[in-house]
Amino acid sequence: MEVWLTLLAGGLVTFATRLSFIQLFEKFEIPSGLKRALRFVPPAVLAAIIFPELLLREGVLALETSNFRLLAGLVAALVAWRTRSVVLTIAAGMGALYLLQGLF
Amino acid sequence: MNASLSRRAPAPLMEFLGGIRAEMPILLGVIPFGMIVGLLAMEAGLTPAAAQAMSFIVFAGSAQFISTQLFATGAPGLVIVFTIAIVNLRHALYSASVSPYTRRLSHLWKWILAYLLTDEAYAVTITHYQQEGDASEKHWFFLGSGLALWTTWQLSTAVGIFLGAQIPASWSLDFAGTLTFIALLFPTLKDRASVGAALAGGLAAILAYGLPLRLGLVAASLVGIAVGVLIEVRLWKSG
Repeated sequence: MEVWLTLLAGGLVTFATRLSFIQLFEKFEIPSGLKRALRFVPPAVLAAIIFPELLLREGVLALETSNFRLLAGLVAALVAWRTRSVVLTIAAGMGALYLLQGLF
Repeated sequence: MNASLSRRAPAPLMEFLGGIRAEMPILLGVIPFGMIVGLLAMEAGLTPAAAQAMSFIVFAGSAQFISTQLFATGAPGLVIVFTIAIVNLRHALYSASVSPYTRRLSHLWKWILAYLLTDEAYAVTITHYQQEGDASEKHWFFLGSGLALWTTWQLSTAVGIFLGAQIPASWSLDFAGTLTFIALLFPTLKDRASVGAALAGGLAAILAYGLPLRLGLVAASLVGIAVGVLIEVRLWKSG
């Protein structure tokens, strides 16, 4: 029984967090300073997810060439920058990773 | 509605399918993760019904992953709920970020989209919202990406619960998710301020990686946002 109550409360608190500002800014005008800051949420969040995935291995900075995810990620970044294509970016990144894993 | 109007505002179905398509590559990485979370929930001693209900009720990968570890060690329910709240704090940031676009939607729409507001759905949806063009039907794109993820998450945790996790880690499927985020990052780099926000956010995430409960992501995002705003204000003053 406690498990179910825990799950229910955990679900409610998650839902409330996700709904928070969507609901709040329905009635109130979003302050212009905040609106300006919100423009930077996507680049900041995306980079904050990507950087540790590429640069860390088991929580430790891994800038060496044996860090295949970093190398493959750089190849993918180049493709993403030039083509703006999600499909090509993934193809290049996965291709580079498999190639490196197969060769070394 | 005349022809030129309908060309500018794609039909809801087109947006909905576009959202599903945009979510596809991320799903590759979500499937093995969901299987592991399902398997861990069983190993933590939850019944299959409770393990599946967790995906349905909580619907948050990182929070579920950490919860299973807490269930396994017999942590009190309140501790688990509190942990879930902290791990999901970052979603408040996403909520603020999409709020300018959801204002005019009905309550039902807001509630459904809030329930579906995960990292994965947010990433593809916000970049779509920020593209040029009529945004009046883009909530259908949000719904498509959110439901694609939701369905995949329910199925993959179910597979983990009943069959176990069977995709070898050497396939590196999770890397497809990272690559998708890389592809989504570049269109958001529109000027010096947004590049600064990304660099600062990324570097701060490295420094803050040791923080527990995904607080590093929250802290790093706030640092990135602050740096973006600072650069913009400076440029505006000097220009």
